[in-house]
Amino acid sequence: MREMHGYAGTILRVNLSTGTVSREPLAEDLVSDYIGGRGFGAHFVYREVPPGADPLGPGNKLVVAAGPFSGVFLPSGAKTNFSAKSPATGLYGDSNIGGHLAGELKYAGYDAIIVEGRAPVPSYLFIEDDKVEVRPCEKLWGMGAIKTEKALKDELGDEFQIATIGPAGENGVVFASVNHDIGRQAGRCGMGAVMGSKNLKAIAVRGTKSVPVADMAGLRKVADEMFSALAANPALKVWQDQGLAQVTTWSNSIGALPTRNFRQNFYENAEALSGERMRSDIHVRDKACFACPMATGKYCRARYRGETVFLEGPEYETTALIGSNCALGSIEEVAYANYMCDELGLDTISGGSAVAFTMECFERGIITKEDTGGIEARFGSLDAFVEIVKLIAARKGIGEPLSRGVRAAAAAWGGGSEDFAIQVKGLEWSGYESRGAPSMMLAYMTCDIGAHHNRAWSITHDIAVGRNVIDGKAAKVIELQHVRPLFDCLGVCRLQWVELGLPLEYYARLYPAVTGRQDTWDDLLVKSERIWNLVRAFGVRERADFGRADDQPPRRFYTEPVPDGPLARSRITREDLDRLLDEYYDLRGWDRNGRPTAKTLERLGLGDVAAELLAMGRIS
Amino acid sequence: MKLDLDRCTGCKLCQLVCSVVNFGENNPKKAGIRVVSRLFTDARYDVVVCDQCGVCIDACPVGAISMEDDVVRIDPDMCTNCGVCVETCPNGALFSHPDVDYPIKCVACGECARLCPRGVLDALADVRKVAS
Repeated sequence: MREMHGYAGTILRVNLSTGTVSREPLAEDLVSDYIGGRGFGAHFVYREVPPGADPLGPGNKLVVAAGPFSGVFLPSGAKTNFSAKSPATGLYGDSNIGGHLAGELKYAGYDAIIVEGRAPVPSYLFIEDDKVEVRPCEKLWGMGAIKTEKALKDELGDEFQIATIGPAGENGVVFASVNHDIGRQAGRCGMGAVMGSKNLKAIAVRGTKSVPVADMAGLRKVADEMFSALAANPALKVWQDQGLAQVTTWSNSIGALPTRNFRQNFYENAEALSGERMRSDIHVRDKACFACPMATGKYCRARYRGETVFLEGPEYETTALIGSNCALGSIEEVAYANYMCDELGLDTISGGSAVAFTMECFERGIITKEDTGGIEARFGSLDAFVEIVKLIAARKGIGEPLSRGVRAAAAAWGGGSEDFAIQVKGLEWSGYESRGAPSMMLAYMTCDIGAHHNRAWSITHDIAVGRNVIDGKAAKVIELQHVRPLFDCLGVCRLQWVELGLPLEYYARLYPAVTGRQDTWDDLLVKSERIWNLVRAFGVRERADFGRADDQPPRRFYTEPVPDGPLARSRITREDLDRLLDEYYDLRGWDRNGRPTAKTLERLGLGDVAAELLAMGRIS
Repeated sequence: MKLDLDRCTGCKLCQLVCSVVNFGENNPKKAGIRVVSRLFTDARYDVVVCDQCGVCIDACPVGAISMEDDVVRIDPDMCTNCGVCVETCPNGALFSHPDVDYPIKCVACGECARLCPRGVLDALADVRKVAS
């Protein structure tokens, strides 16, 4: 078999129902059409998970994939992508994780693992080079996610890189996370619940092999330039000191910090949650993902009711959704709440949002102490936060509807609460309140997995060209929706580009050096657009009524003006949202109901997908 | 030799660049340096690397190890990969790899020290200075 540069060359397929392990050579057209990481995930989930499959049933598949840059000599080739049909949205879902797993998977000889079926007993997947075993682990079931990682490291050794789930994943909470390297999470879309539904507690990997590249001398030259540029960047130090926690103060200053369940976008107590306070009050150690000079991970200590715990974080998203959005009083309180979510195996974004939603429902009288089992679920209460997330992970009491996400909880509790259930497509909104940022609003509405910021973090564009401007913003969102997910395909972190301004040209030069392929950056963007449309097609195939109605923000955002802060009284109208969506769909080559046309799918090399959807009468 | 371990972030770029420079491969296990996480127990990282103390020279039963310009070197042609030096090393800084038929150790090339984003390994660059 020809050596495939930038790749390990093998897909590992594990059927947990039968215990069968098989290896498939990495297909050339898979690599040339879908690159890796998220692209592989989208391909396999679309092709292999049948329409109507229960996301928490044995028919769903979990695709764990590195990319061609993962584990290779360049800054932070550290990203592992987890894809499956999402239990939160019923659509395609993915989430990625930093740390040290992606390279390890390739050193073991695999570009991706496809996990199928359901193990008869709680198990973990053991991978050490060619040795692959499904090992029973009843003793770990019920254990916290971080404690599980420690237990497996104690048993297997520090060189194993381990992804785990906590009780929330075991119990099928739709926003359960996959956890790795103490405090790194693939938090979004319930990938931890998919693992739990398969009785899969953990994946442990160690590898000793090399990742071949096409042009080592060329790679070293580009990588050296990148490392030198990062080292010389005067902004590097604040990232090394505060990591993403520094974003909190900025976000508050521009009126974007989610506060009290997104009613506000300015938190009067934000100083107490700042990156500076993280550093001075709770920081213990800087902690990096693989080969990353930024080291945005912050190992911290938190005390609560006589208990002292250690955790990684909190970073910005956690601080926004748990801190200001639940109106907690200090960064140490946020850190303890973060620790609870990490051990339980809950996404801090959706978890924080679920608690904030509960607090608003409680304060409005939609639910009472009778419903909460005595919990005084008021904004600002860490005690309430801790009790509520425990109930969510256990799916008991109010935790049961909440465990299915705020959309489901609003449906259960009523009282108009769906207006402030802050989600799109069933996925809770991440850390940027966007009433004063139309492109960011559109980015959340159209993000393929639900309300997540990472596909098109365009809020800086809103600031640059005007907070109230509508025209032209759809084009920027689409551009970013192709550029940013490319990093998730390549298996490399994007922060060095986004935050330290490392030019994209470097990544364009890395690609041929690593893979030996001659695709230009524009060629790669076409592949990214193909993946975007394939993910959209998954939704169209899944549901006859899938479309424009799935791209709507909660009513709060177009009926309530911002009450206070730097953007006081600003608002976005229903008409603005429709203009944004119309422009977006037109530019994408989708119909006004948000469905790709057959012509668009064919242009992107998805003719067979077009034919399938045409035959179903889903597109025209 | 004193490494500034308080500054180590555990990124393992040192392991990666070691394999790139000395073997022309992307393979952190094929490296003469190791980053060990002690976060769970001590909230810090350790770096394991040869300090060129030379204890292994006398331990080697076939005389394959020698000191050249203050750097301890293993002659791959003479080495029988018996593992005695790996066992003897007081720092645990000689590493076996399934695809390499001699123990891998630091040759003081200094590349990891040059690239370390935190200057943890500056002392290794000094060894190179002595060596050259």
